[in-house]
Amino acid sequence: MQLGRVTGTVVATMKADGLDGVRFLIVQPLDKALTPSGAPIVAADAVSMAGRGELVYYVAAREAAEAMDPAFVPVDHAIVGIVDQVAVEEGG
Amino acid sequence: MKLGKVVGTVVSTINHPFYDARRLLVCDLVTLEGTPDGYIIAVDTVDAGVGETVLILDEGNSSRQIFDIPTGPIRSTIVGIVDEVTINE
Repeated sequence: MQLGRVTGTVVATMKADGLDGVRFLIVQPLDKALTPSGAPIVAADAVSMAGRGELVYYVAAREAAEAMDPAFVPVDHAIVGIVDQVAVEEGG
Repeated sequence: MKLGKVVGTVVSTINHPFYDARRLLVCDLVTLEGTPDGYIIAVDTVDAGVGETVLILDEGNSSRQIFDIPTGPIRSTIVGIVDEVTINE
């Protein structure tokens, strides 16, 4: 899993079967110091509660499809948790 | 599997039910030369602590087998605390 910051939302009317009702958010991947790292991704929101500006962690690939309810819908990244706190040791 | 060093913790209350009461640790991945190679957040199963070198399973099906939950949205799991690594040059 990786850390990310929700920076926006995506709305799509025409979607593949199984994606109705799924929220899509733009997520900026972060390094462990919470600085942006790499290109933004679009992730499905498996906790249905993530909002703009929030710090989240997400999974990719089969695990992302597994996280959804119902499972195995066609997504490749899914937010599985909203972070309250990250504690990383000095210099770590 | 990968070698990593635990450098921190992640606390979360709103999460997928699979992650309820799971301990999440931030781990630096290290190469055999000891240089950092990114980080990963992994679920702890061995009571690892900050500063320890750990063995990280970074594959979904194996991780689901560890937790015995065939539908868990999990890929990275800490499965061992490393005592010693010996590399033959």
